[in-house]
Amino acid sequence: MTALALDGVVARYGDLQVLGPLSLELVRGQTIALVGKSGAGKSTLLSLMHQHWRSRGVALMPQDLGLVPTLSVYHNVYMGGLAQRSSWHNLVTLVRPYRHDVAQILPVLQTLGIDHKCWSATGELSGGQRQRVAAARAIYQAGEVLLADEPASALDGPMAETVLGALTQTYQTAVLAMHDVDLALRFSDRVVGIADGGIALDQPTHRVQASDLLSLY
Amino acid sequence: MRRSASVSTSLWFVALAVVCAFFADLTISAHDPWGELARLFSGLLTPDLTRTDYLAEALVRTLAFAFVGVGLGAASGFALAMVFGSRIVRTFCAFIRAIHELFWALIFLQFFGLHPLTGVLAIAIPYAGVFGKVYAEILEETDPQPRDTLPFGTGKIIALLYTRVSQAWPQLVTYTSYRLECGLRSSAVLGFVGMPTLGFYLESAFAQGHYSAVGALLLLFYVLITTLRLWVRPKLVPLYLMVAPFLLGSGLPIRWQNVTRFFTEDIVPAPLRGGEGWSELGPWLVELLSTEALPGIWNTLVLTQIALVLTGVLTLLLYPLGSRHFTNRLTGPLGHTVLVVLRSTPEYLLAFILLQLWGPSMLPAVIALAVHNSGIIGHLIGRRSNDVTLRPDAPTGIERYAYELTPRLYGPFLAFLFYRWEIIMRETAILGILGIATLGFYVDSAIQEIRFDRAMVLILITALLNIGVDILARWLRARLRLKHTAQSEP
Repeated sequence: MTALALDGVVARYGDLQVLGPLSLELVRGQTIALVGKSGAGKSTLLSLMHQHWRSRGVALMPQDLGLVPTLSVYHNVYMGGLAQRSSWHNLVTLVRPYRHDVAQILPVLQTLGIDHKCWSATGELSGGQRQRVAAARAIYQAGEVLLADEPASALDGPMAETVLGALTQTYQTAVLAMHDVDLALRFSDRVVGIADGGIALDQPTHRVQASDLLSLY
Repeated sequence: MRRSASVSTSLWFVALAVVCAFFADLTISAHDPWGELARLFSGLLTPDLTRTDYLAEALVRTLAFAFVGVGLGAASGFALAMVFGSRIVRTFCAFIRAIHELFWALIFLQFFGLHPLTGVLAIAIPYAGVFGKVYAEILEETDPQPRDTLPFGTGKIIALLYTRVSQAWPQLVTYTSYRLECGLRSSAVLGFVGMPTLGFYLESAFAQGHYSAVGALLLLFYVLITTLRLWVRPKLVPLYLMVAPFLLGSGLPIRWQNVTRFFTEDIVPAPLRGGEGWSELGPWLVELLSTEALPGIWNTLVLTQIALVLTGVLTLLLYPLGSRHFTNRLTGPLGHTVLVVLRSTPEYLLAFILLQLWGPSMLPAVIALAVHNSGIIGHLIGRRSNDVTLRPDAPTGIERYAYELTPRLYGPFLAFLFYRWEIIMRETAILGILGIATLGFYVDSAIQEIRFDRAMVLILITALLNIGVDILARWLRARLRLKHTAQSEP
């Protein structure tokens, strides 16, 4: 069943067309790994998807993470739930977080191993820790579809698996742009390869051959 | 050798100031200026702190007007910053901040009288214009990406608070506390037009020749400003803001018929009010322009030019006082204190004191403007110089000053100076109230003669002149590629 679809979209930087026209359907319950060499247009495609589907409750985890360094880890994660709370509740939380919200957020942080940093300013954390905060925010948001750009690029092996596991468990439908092909294959049901401004590969993961991937790089 | 654009521009400014000096009245006309100065210094050294009744009142009122005025200005400025993208809002902010708080006070005095609202609005309105611009610039510089990650359906205000405001919070707090310091100076100066703040008591102490009382008032004012960081804590600010409105005093009641009359009669140009019709408006305006506006503009421009260049020269001489490259553990705090005292002294207050001592001429105004503004820029440039790392074998003394640091700091120095240009002009105009023939002199005279229509036109001209200089300064900063961001705002 199609969850969302792009039809003949194009990305331009000024007069230069960098991507498309391309069409893509997201099937409900499916995790897509978006692969391709650096600069192929993975991030551009993700950002196009986000522009098209934002109003339909799609969550975004950008490559630059989009965290607020001056706010605590807690507040950054809480931002994933802003739309579900009243303005007053959100306003009070900036000054004094509610206990029941803390009780919901702490387990997410525990899963990702950063609960001890809950009240630290996000700007003081290492790159890997900040990536886990962005993942925690996406997990707390818990919408239907996730668009994540290199969600585990700053993490070591076991932690990368923990983060990707938690994200794919929370979001049944997801598009993960990844440069690590092994991880991409392990956490996806379908692989979409980008090359020369278009989709060069679109296969269920179990059918993807090494030669298919090599042609992308 | 080819000179850089910055140096050529500086030389043009200096040349223009020298030419202006020939047209300016820079004499000392007092009978015994140095004797008077000696008596003032002896008063400063023997401050009379025993008169606790009026000292406390002066301080409390100065603080109350500053907190309420700046608080209201910051809140309105924040609201204006939200819609600063609109050209109408930008123009509105430029206009309200181009009119000095003392001019605002003079306007409100005509219809609110000596009511606290006069003082509060006189600070709040121009400050709202400044806050609107600077807050918008600070928020503009934040990373927009966090906004993209927010879930769909997040309210606009909540999104703004969680993303842009949160990121900019440290800069917003720093800038607002700097403005509070300015607000204290503005509040003190409002006393000169009758508000019950420090300036009021200072003026009467001067009039009576009580220099020890002057010393006590000035001393308390400096203590108030230098200890600002100790008693203005983020957690205490809401408390101060809640208490301050109750400490403004009651003043005199507002007579609402005065308010109505001001807008429907007083500020209507005389020919229209007298029923002479629109045809007489032209000659009325021409007469006003030729007899008051043009001489006022000329004197304002001449005085501004001399004060601006002298500010630059003094800044270049003073910045080493705030630089770690020229001071040590002992002289560092001393130099810092000198700069803080210079920048904490309101130019209006200093001009007032110097006028009492030296008699009427442009000289007191030039010195007051240069001393105050060079204290501010010197402090900033000194701080900027502390970020410069010199190689271990860098020369010391005058060579270090002339070859290592000053060339590196010249860009920021010019940027700050051009930024202050408009502020110096605004102050120059207002110093006319003290009797120097700048635009403020003609505004004040028109008000004394109860000719508010003329006063309003002159205030409008002052505002336009300030906006013009601001545009010119911005153009020069862009042409010389002088970087100047909201965070570095003096």
